[in-house]
Amino acid sequence: MNELVFFINKGLVSGLIIGSIYALGAIGVTLIFGILRFAHFAHGDMMTLGAFVTLILTAALAALGITLPVPLAFIAMFPAMVITAFIAIGLDRTFYKPLRQAGARPVVLVMASVGVTLMLQGLIRLFAGVRARDMFIEAPKEIFRIPFPGATRPVIVTEPQVLLIGFVVVAVIALHWFLTRSRLGKAMRAVSDNPELARITGINTNHVVWATWIIGGALACAAGTLLSMDVTLKPDLSFNILLPIFAATIVGGIGQPYGAIAGGFLVGFCETLAVFNWSILLRPFRDELWFELPNSMALVPTQYKLMVPFLILIIVLIFRPTGIFRGRVLA
Amino acid sequence: MSLLEISDLHAGYGQMSILKGVNLTLEQGEIGVIVGPNGAGKSTTLKAIFGMLNITEGSIRFDGKDITGIRSEQLADHRIAFVPQEQNVFPTLSVHENLEMGAYVRRDDFSSVMDHVYDIFPPLKDKRGQAAGELSGGQRQMVAFGRALMIEPKLILLDEPTAGLSPMFMSQIFDRVIAINRTGVTVAMVEQNAKQALAIAHKGFVLAGGRNSYTDTGQNLLNNPEVAASFLGG
Ligand SMILES: Nc1ncnc2c1ncn2[C@@H]1O[C@H](COP(=O)(O)OP(=O)(O)OP(=O)(O)O)[C@@H](O)[C@H]1O
Ligand SMILES: [Mg+2]
Repeated sequence: MNELVFFINKGLVSGLIIGSIYALGAIGVTLIFGILRFAHFAHGDMMTLGAFVTLILTAALAALGITLPVPLAFIAMFPAMVITAFIAIGLDRTFYKPLRQAGARPVVLVMASVGVTLMLQGLIRLFAGVRARDMFIEAPKEIFRIPFPGATRPVIVTEPQVLLIGFVVVAVIALHWFLTRSRLGKAMRAVSDNPELARITGINTNHVVWATWIIGGALACAAGTLLSMDVTLKPDLSFNILLPIFAATIVGGIGQPYGAIAGGFLVGFCETLAVFNWSILLRPFRDELWFELPNSMALVPTQYKLMVPFLILIIVLIFRPTGIFRGRVLA
Repeated sequence: MSLLEISDLHAGYGQMSILKGVNLTLEQGEIGVIVGPNGAGKSTTLKAIFGMLNITEGSIRFDGKDITGIRSEQLADHRIAFVPQEQNVFPTLSVHENLEMGAYVRRDDFSSVMDHVYDIFPPLKDKRGQAAGELSGGQRQMVAFGRALMIEPKLILLDEPTAGLSPMFMSQIFDRVIAINRTGVTVAMVEQNAKQALAIAHKGFVLAGGRNSYTDTGQNLLNNPEVAASFLGG
C-alpha cells in the first residue's frame, strides 16, 4: 500500500499541481493568440514578475505584523493579480500596440515579445538578484498528512497545493461563465472567430484587447505565485515552464481556452508520469515478474523532463494537427 | 436630402486603386441594387462605405453627415449594418450568440427585435443553440442577415445575400429583403442574379471597371437593351 501512496504523492498530486500551473499559463497564451494573433513569449516572465509583485506585497503585509489563517502570500496574490494585469496592459500599450497599428505581421510581434522577455528577465534580476526566495515569510508552509487506509505512509499535500487546486477550480468556472454568459466574454470569442466581422458589428476591439491582457496577466500572476509558493521563487522560473505551456496551448488547440486547460493537465500528468519511478509501484509484485526489477525504472530521466512536452506536441501534431479542441492551424 | 450619397468615390486596397469614380445615391426607403461583372468593384464599394478601404477621393454622406473614411466600429452607432459576401458569421458562436453580437452596441432591451428576427427566419429558432459554422449555406446567410437586423438599421448593405443558394432559397431571401424594406429600412444590395434583383429595385447601378457604367431605375435598366446585352445575359 505504501507503494500506492508513493504513486499518489509523486505521480498524481505532482501531475495535478504542475498541470494546474500549465493550464493557468496556457489559458493566457491561448487567449492572447486568439485575439491578437501572436505567440506571446514573454508570458513566462509575466508569471515571474507577478510572483515578485506578490512577494513584495507579502513582505509589506508581514512587516505590518499582519497574521491570517491563510498564507499571507495567497492574500497578497489578489492585489498582485490586479497590478500584473495593469502591467500587462502597459506592456501592450508600449510594445505591441504600436506594432499592431503599424500593421506589423505576427512574426514581428513574436519577436517583440522575445524582446520583452529579455527585458523583464533583466529587470527582475537587476532588482531582485538571482537567489531563490521563500514565499512564506511569516510562517513555514503547512503540510497536511492524510492517512491512507492500509498504508503506513500518509498522502502528503501542502497548503499551497490545496490553495492552487481550489484557485484553479474557481478560475476555470469563472472563465467559463465569463466567456459564455457575459457580453464582453462573448465579444472576445467573436473577435477570436472573425476580427473583421466583429468590427463591422460595432464591437469595440480595444475593450476586448484589454480584457484579454487582464485575464492573461492576472492568471499569469496567480500561476507564478502559486508555483513559487509550492517550491521557491527564482528569477528563472519561466525557463522550465514556458515550453510546456506552449506545448499545452498547441496540444489543446490554439485559441481554445478549454483546450488550454485540457492541454495543461495532459502535459503536466505526462511529464510527472514519465519521470515517475515505476519500479516502486512494481516492487510488491517483484516475485511474480519475469524480469529482474531495476532500482529505477522511469520512462524518462528527470533531467530530460523538458523533452516530454515536445514528444506530446509532436505526437498530437502528427495525428491531430489542430490540437485536441480543433484550434487554429498555424499558417 | 438623400439618405446615402456616394459621390465620385476613388478608393483602393493600400496603394492599389480599385474604385475610380463610383456614384450612388439612395433615398430613404429605397432598394438599390448594384450589379456588374466579377471584379467590377461591387464588394469594394460596400467595403469602402464601411471604412475598410483607403479612400483617396470623393465623399460618402449618410443622413446629412459625412462618413467618409469612418472606422468600421463606428458605423453600427449610425445604424448602418453590413452583411459581407464571405465569412459573415461568427462560426464558433451559437446562432443566438451571433444575433446577440449583432446587438452589441445596444444597451437597451432588444428582446423584441430578437423575437422578430426569429419570426422572419423560423429555421434559426430551431438552431439557436447550434454553432453558426455548422449550419448550411442558406442558414448561415439567414444568421448573417439576422445579425445585421439586430441594430434595427436605417440602412443595410447586403453583399450577394443569395450567393450559392437554390432558386427557392433565393426567392425567399428576396421576399425578406422586400419585407424589411417595407418597414422603412433602406437597402443597398449587390447581386449576381441581376434580373430578379433589378425587378425589386427602385434604383440600379451597373458597375464595371470600378465606375458606374449605367445608373437608372431598376425597371429602366431591365428594359435597356444595351444593359441586357452586356450584363444581364441577353
Ligand atoms: N483584399 C483585397 N486586396 C487587394 N485587392 C482586392 C481585394 N479584394 C478585392 N480586390 C480586387 O478588387 C477588385 C474588385 O473586387 P470586388 O471584390 O470589389 O469585386 P466584385 O465586383 O465584388 O466581384 P464579385 O462579383 O466576384 O464578388 C478585384 O480586381 C480584386 O482583385
Ligand atoms: Mg463581390
